[in-house]
Amino acid sequence: MAGYVQQFFNGLTLGSLYALIAIGYTMVYGILRLINFAHGEIFMFAGYWMYFLVFLFRLPWWVSAVLAVAVTAAMGVLIERVAYRPLRQAPRVSLLSTAMGVSFLLGNVIIVLPWAGGRQKPFPEVDFMRKIYTLGDVRIQAVTIWVPLIAGACLLGLLFLIYRTKVGRAMRAIATDMETTALMGADINRIISYTFLVGSALAAIGGILWGCRYPQLYWNLGILPGLRSFTAAVVGGIGNILGAMIGGFILGFGEILFVAFLPRYSGFRDALIFSLLILFLLFRPTGILGKPLKEKV
Amino acid sequence: MFEVSGLHVFYGGIHALQGISLAVPERSVVTLLGANGAGKTTTLRAIMGLVRPREGQITLDGNSLIGRKPYEIVRMGISMAPEGRRIFPDLTVWENLLLGAYSRTDTKGISRDLNLVFSLFPRLAERKIQRGGTLSGGEQQMLAVSRALMAHPRLLLLDEPSLGLAPVLITELYRAFQRLREEGRTILLVEQNARAALSLADYGYVLETGRIVAHGPQQELKDTDLVRQAYLGI
Ligand SMILES: Nc1ncnc2c1ncn2[C@@H]1O[C@H](COP(=O)(O)OP(=O)(O)OP(=O)(O)O)[C@@H](O)[C@H]1O
Ligand SMILES: [Mg+2]
Repeated sequence: MAGYVQQFFNGLTLGSLYALIAIGYTMVYGILRLINFAHGEIFMFAGYWMYFLVFLFRLPWWVSAVLAVAVTAAMGVLIERVAYRPLRQAPRVSLLSTAMGVSFLLGNVIIVLPWAGGRQKPFPEVDFMRKIYTLGDVRIQAVTIWVPLIAGACLLGLLFLIYRTKVGRAMRAIATDMETTALMGADINRIISYTFLVGSALAAIGGILWGCRYPQLYWNLGILPGLRSFTAAVVGGIGNILGAMIGGFILGFGEILFVAFLPRYSGFRDALIFSLLILFLLFRPTGILGKPLKEKV
Repeated sequence: MFEVSGLHVFYGGIHALQGISLAVPERSVVTLLGANGAGKTTTLRAIMGLVRPREGQITLDGNSLIGRKPYEIVRMGISMAPEGRRIFPDLTVWENLLLGAYSRTDTKGISRDLNLVFSLFPRLAERKIQRGGTLSGGEQQMLAVSRALMAHPRLLLLDEPSLGLAPVLITELYRAFQRLREEGRTILLVEQNARAALSLADYGYVLETGRIVAHGPQQELKDTDLVRQAYLGI
């Protein structure tokens, strides 16, 4: 029994992290029909910013966290501005290969950066996350409560932004018809920048929470969580924000259950996740919630 | 108030507009008539900044619109109900209307305009929380016109509003246009349906393969052989 409760919290934690990252993939795909391969590196960078700010600049962890989210979100906006925007009218392959290029570039920046490169770095410790609560024979790590709570608050905030604000309305509109959204008097470039801002900020929050849970940093840290979250976005229906959240939790719980019940095969989990991705792309590319995608003209 | 002069637009090698000039005086309804492929939509797209003309001038109160982005042109006071309605299907009627007011911050003015469009088209008021994609074709056209009105434009552009609608609906729509006209709105109305358009407009232009071939006050235009034969079928 105690084991189930712990596994439940583990699943919730992982699921909420995947959900946070998946949002960025799905929002950008919805608007630009671009798989933003650099998104995993954005996620990874947030952890490194925490490292730099806490260990090199000696800032308190919470100041560092706020700054790390801000700087990482700004990176996302900048990437769109310099790498993707000039290619908006170009064939989609150019955009995709550019995104891969940016992804490699960011990963390699960490490798060559004097303060970051070389071996793994520790993620700064955040005390209240390291507590362990015991209730009878159930032991629950504080981090598995705080991560879902913080992530959940962010996801609710996002839903409010998307469905209840003017900018959110424009983001939904732009995803179905960019030109007509421009005719409404909205500055398309600005809305796209906001989209990257929001998606990258959520990935950054995810990156910091991830660090609290798994406190090592390395240059390719973003690749697997990125691919799994992308799978979550596809499972939920790419382009669909609620779908990305649901997909994130499906993947998080699925992964934890798989590892818990079939520990001998835990090495196959990514093989399984990517089979899931391929199966969905082949047989249900619109995911659980998505409706048939109309090809953009 | 609004003027287009010597406008040339190319799509690759296709010379779609070959020196169009037209004027829309304040508080008047001007129609631009033409057959399929004449260049009507291209003219409106050039005005809204969606295609860039190679040559020519477009001015609102003497200010040039050339090279400006669509959102800047909306802010200057022009809005358009595009060809094919282009409703946002997943957004509600209400959300579609609010998007039309995107460039505005005057909440009082916005609610005044919401009242106006609901009184023009009471069916929209009944369908506020319905998704745009679930509306009938006629209702979608009403929504497209209303959405453009929500920008409170000084000049309203309408691209073939009667396209694909049953005669009763065309009548209903044009009754609303008539009310806007009586209010003193300034409208540039693109149509193939010359009969409907000339019943409303003060002045008309006839476009053929990228050139203006006739223009004049509504009454004179109705009596020209060209319009009688080609557009009114008399
Ligand atoms: N994006 C485009 N690329 C190439 N040619 C185009 C494009 N858009 C329009 N054209 C051409 O320009 C000409 C004018 O087209 P336009 O859409 O302005 O006509 P229209 O008068 O609005 O016709 P309709 O009544 O069918 O809407 C046509 O010959 C059309 O084929
Ligand atoms: Mg047309």
